[in-house]
Amino acid sequence: MSKTRAIVITGNGTNCEVEAAHACRLGGFDDAVIAHISDLLSGDIRLDDFHFINLTGGFLDGDDLGSAKAQANRLRYAKVDDLEEHLIDQFSRFINAGKLILGVCNGFQLMVKMGLLPAIGGSYLKQTATLTFNDCGRFQDRWVYLKVDPASPSVYTGDVEQGIYLPMRHGEGKLVVDSPATLAAIEDKHLAVFRYSDAAYSAPTMEFPLNPNGSVNAIAALCDETGRLMGMMPHPEAFVHRTHHPRWTREELPEEGDGLVLFKNAAEYVRKNLL
Amino acid sequence: MVRRIEIALREGLRDARGERIKREIQHFLHLPVDSVRTIDVYTVDAELSEEEFVKTASEPFCDPVIQVWSIDRPLAAGFDFLVEVGYRPGVTDNIGRTGREAIEYITGRPLKAGEGVFTSVQYLLSGNLSRTDVELIARNLLGNALIQRFAVLDQAEFAANGGVSAYVPRVQSQSEIQVREIDLEVSDEELMRISKDGVLALTLDEMKIIQAHYRDQQVREARQKLGLGAVPTDVELECLAQTWSEHCKHKIFAGTVHYEDDKGNRQEIKSLFKSFIQRTTKDVREKLGNKDFCLSVFKDNAGVIKFNEDWSLVFKVETHNSPSALDPYGGALTGIVGVNRDPFGTGKGAKLIFNTDVFCFADPFYDKPLPSRLLHPRRIYEGVVEGVEHGGNKSGIPTVNGSLVFDERFAGKPLVFCGTAGIMPATLNGEPGHEKSIKPGDLIVMTGGRIGKDGIHGATFSSEELNENSPVTAVQIGDPITQKRMFDFLIRARDKGLYRFITDNGAGGLSSSVGEMAGECGGCHMDLAKAPLKYPGLDPWEILISEAQERMSLAVPPESIDEFMAMAKRFNVEATILGEFTDSGYFHMVYGDRTVAWLPMEFMHEGLPPMQLPAKWAPPRYEEPVLPAKEDYTADLKQLLGALNICSKESVVRRYDHEVQGGSVVKPFTGVANDGPSDAAVVRPILDSFEGVVVAHGICPRYSDIDTYHMTANAIDEALRNYVAVGGSLDLVAGLDNFCWCDPVKSEKTPDGEYKMAQLVRANHALYDVCLAYNLPLISGKDSMKNDFYDGATKISIPPTILFSVIGKIEDARKSVTMDVKRPGDIVYLLGTTGNEMGGSEYLALRGGIGNIVPKVNPEKALKRYRALHMAITGGLIASCHDLSDGGLAVALAETAFAGGYGIAADLGRVLWGDADPLRNDAVLLFSESASRHLVTVRPENRDAFETAMAGNCFSAIGTVTEEAAVAITGLSGKTVVNAGIEELKEAWQSPLREL
Repeated sequence: MSKTRAIVITGNGTNCEVEAAHACRLGGFDDAVIAHISDLLSGDIRLDDFHFINLTGGFLDGDDLGSAKAQANRLRYAKVDDLEEHLIDQFSRFINAGKLILGVCNGFQLMVKMGLLPAIGGSYLKQTATLTFNDCGRFQDRWVYLKVDPASPSVYTGDVEQGIYLPMRHGEGKLVVDSPATLAAIEDKHLAVFRYSDAAYSAPTMEFPLNPNGSVNAIAALCDETGRLMGMMPHPEAFVHRTHHPRWTREELPEEGDGLVLFKNAAEYVRKNLL
Repeated sequence: MVRRIEIALREGLRDARGERIKREIQHFLHLPVDSVRTIDVYTVDAELSEEEFVKTASEPFCDPVIQVWSIDRPLAAGFDFLVEVGYRPGVTDNIGRTGREAIEYITGRPLKAGEGVFTSVQYLLSGNLSRTDVELIARNLLGNALIQRFAVLDQAEFAANGGVSAYVPRVQSQSEIQVREIDLEVSDEELMRISKDGVLALTLDEMKIIQAHYRDQQVREARQKLGLGAVPTDVELECLAQTWSEHCKHKIFAGTVHYEDDKGNRQEIKSLFKSFIQRTTKDVREKLGNKDFCLSVFKDNAGVIKFNEDWSLVFKVETHNSPSALDPYGGALTGIVGVNRDPFGTGKGAKLIFNTDVFCFADPFYDKPLPSRLLHPRRIYEGVVEGVEHGGNKSGIPTVNGSLVFDERFAGKPLVFCGTAGIMPATLNGEPGHEKSIKPGDLIVMTGGRIGKDGIHGATFSSEELNENSPVTAVQIGDPITQKRMFDFLIRARDKGLYRFITDNGAGGLSSSVGEMAGECGGCHMDLAKAPLKYPGLDPWEILISEAQERMSLAVPPESIDEFMAMAKRFNVEATILGEFTDSGYFHMVYGDRTVAWLPMEFMHEGLPPMQLPAKWAPPRYEEPVLPAKEDYTADLKQLLGALNICSKESVVRRYDHEVQGGSVVKPFTGVANDGPSDAAVVRPILDSFEGVVVAHGICPRYSDIDTYHMTANAIDEALRNYVAVGGSLDLVAGLDNFCWCDPVKSEKTPDGEYKMAQLVRANHALYDVCLAYNLPLISGKDSMKNDFYDGATKISIPPTILFSVIGKIEDARKSVTMDVKRPGDIVYLLGTTGNEMGGSEYLALRGGIGNIVPKVNPEKALKRYRALHMAITGGLIASCHDLSDGGLAVALAETAFAGGYGIAADLGRVLWGDADPLRNDAVLLFSESASRHLVTVRPENRDAFETAMAGNCFSAIGTVTEEAAVAITGLSGKTVVNAGIEELKEAWQSPLREL
């Protein structure tokens, strides 16, 4: 592959595929393919042919068994036609090949429920965290300040100085972990890439609505120890141009939105390491 | 094998769902409940191995981090009462459907026919409650007996019984499929009984027209050859009832009206629809000449206008009032996913780009007794808001614009308006995207959900008033995910040109969709036995008219059918060939090899003579309220800001995703703290372009109490001024009208029908006059004419209501303007004149008055001013722009100030007065709702350029934006009449609905 190639997986209730692909292109990917899950299950499109998987926001299967649960089950058990493998095998191969996965919102929920995050010690496919109902008990669409952990291994955030401002749009975004040990590992290894904070990015907060869901330690995003797999509840693809900002008519803002940096860094990483 | 899988939260974890129920029990029912915890139950009726059951319970059904699971072992403990709520047989169970699919992935084999997964929820209540209390909680809060069943157990019963017994809500199918014949050679009373008992909503005249058809000797002979009797089958009678229902046929809008005004002038109107609505569009398009941008109006499921050379815009707004009155959640959810199918089924199909919602409710804090069968307004509010939330969010369509309107009369029927816009390629496979056709020989294909007994008689039931006997079958629950899967598939099939025609299955089901499609080519032949059913046992008439959701009907050319069906299978979407289109002239239904309906297309569609509708206008007169002059109106302003029709709706709006699809430019809330109310929405549907779509609406039912002409004129003006306020272009903007009326047909039940009909005529007069003046073509719309409640004793009729929506374009979305003041020192201008027009105002309503002098619209003057304002906006001269509506100038000043985080100092003496001098006073200047006004702020350096742009129009500088964060308004005497900090004003505006 001489081109940087991103794939956005869609179908069964994903919603943000168009803007995610748009963000990949703006971020510098040569190709950004929107692939329906049926294209993957039929074997017409294979994950092996891409460098960057986007698991986007939406309501996979209507959140019916809990957000993303049904899709996690589908990916685990669904067979790819004509190939003697399950879709999950393609995911494992993709991760082992050193490639990138970004899960946003429903995609983040899918990643934790598949066990792709935080995957402490590289134990992928073992679930140790979950995302559950917001403490306020409601779906919320509002903008949040995300303080970055500059020490995190995330390959997406290298040049983010203090934090970024993005919209969150979810009803199940409260991070819960299975044990104090998991939380300690997340903290020790700096896997909590972003935390909900005040507008000055000075400190994480548990206060509603700055922290809209009551996430443990105000965590809004997680990465694995390689930094190549990341999931986050807020939507970076929804702020790639200044007109996305809720106050663009009253503030002097750069042309590019805060979320674009994640896609730029992903493209840069692929160019440097995977071509 | 039937087994129960239970899923409970781990010890010590917060149960958000239980806490919410606890709060609602305390708030609504004032009952002493200490705690509520919940357990999810999956009743699995399938042959699975033990290992498969364990996998199912522990993997997809359980989140191991927060939950525990069990099979056939109750998890409930430590409660006083347990309530288990599940669906009744046949009700859509979305979670059950997903659970079933999850099992199929695990086992690698499909569940067998009759096997299934059924969900229910256990509520564990602790507290000093009696069984009666708990039954009340179950009935009034935890579920809706129309669609759900309850098991109530106290702890002792639970222990004795060893938990809750497994129950499978299987539909008990009747043994034999029946086609009945209905003898219409009976007395008039008997004819009406047949209509009433069958929920056919056919009048005696209509029954007699059908009777006459079957008396025709030629008809009888032709029927005999097909093995049909001389009397209608139930399939035929039901089909005619759907086709001729008010809901589908719009008989009132098509009828002949005999109108007499208050001066005795008489007018005979042959079809209000043709005479006013269609004529408006025709005359506007002629006026526009080569600038006409309409592509497809009135003939399809939604209207289509040009967006640019490559793309066309599609828009439709629908109502779903009657089902929402019975089951607010299901009714509203079906409303939103239902209207999604309209733009999707327009032309060759459109991608959906946004939703709009407007709800009209009674006061959610209503505390008087209600007639039986009516749900409390707060339950309707909660259910409708949640139904539309789920329908819109799960479908991935941003909800960008809307309103909540309150009036006590909406207790009789809530109004639930749901709108959806789409975008389609201007050209598809070499043909215009908005055109479609059918050729005889094309196959009738149905895609999406299966058919059940849900939604039977929806079309006819909503053509009657809500009453004691309204059918429960009309209630349905939507399934956004099945629909989204279908849309994912169909949009690809569209691009490949695999079908020739598409339309949605809405009211009337297949009888309506295939009936209308057959009109395109002159006939059809369809086998109802081929239709996929949710469960066996539906009679042919039920299959034909069921309004089961998530279905589209298509015409697929025979040469494309194999590819179409293969693609459907791959996308996991059910598609079924039901028959073929013909040019026989007949709507021919068979069930297997037996003909069950054979109706001439002409009789179905043209057989009905127009209704004759008397209308007599007599203007009402109310006591003219006397407003004593006050020294200080600050308290009045705060009271107005907290009025339900004015206060912040943020708690509702934040529950709707308004940003998905990534094109949001002007959001519902704006300003320094993201909480000021935007006037309209701007979205970019094509992400690499800055061309924007602008959408806005107007609605003001209170003015109907005085004159529906002016109610309509103000609604249109409000929509357009909201649209203009954010920067919408006046060269590409179209209107869409939704009439929601109370029954205007004079009868025993409606003795004031002539007046209500006259109200309808006057609304149509205004629609024509104002839209023509504004160059607003009407591209689509809908009417809902029976918004009454009547139980034999109490009648509640809604105020006649028009929702007027506008959709148009902004060439460069980066020129959009928001309503919040931007910085101190900016000059505050009021555009337009103010008059003594307090009639129907929010200010009078708060004082229990109506008044008589309703705001009047001068569209010629307003349009000239709107054009000047648009030039100023696109020229970058405007810092903020806000429309004046409910509550007048004072409310607009407060909103624009607190949204921007600065104060405003304004002088009422500088407001342009357009009325007789003696009527000018502070209260009127502050609170009159005179039409067509905007409040704008302009940077001082742009003052001259702005005033030059506005030259020749009514406008005046009335104040400045101040660093001091207060709204200070000087009255005519020179003294301050309003003075309040913006934070306290914002608090007054935000507090009423904050917790809902």
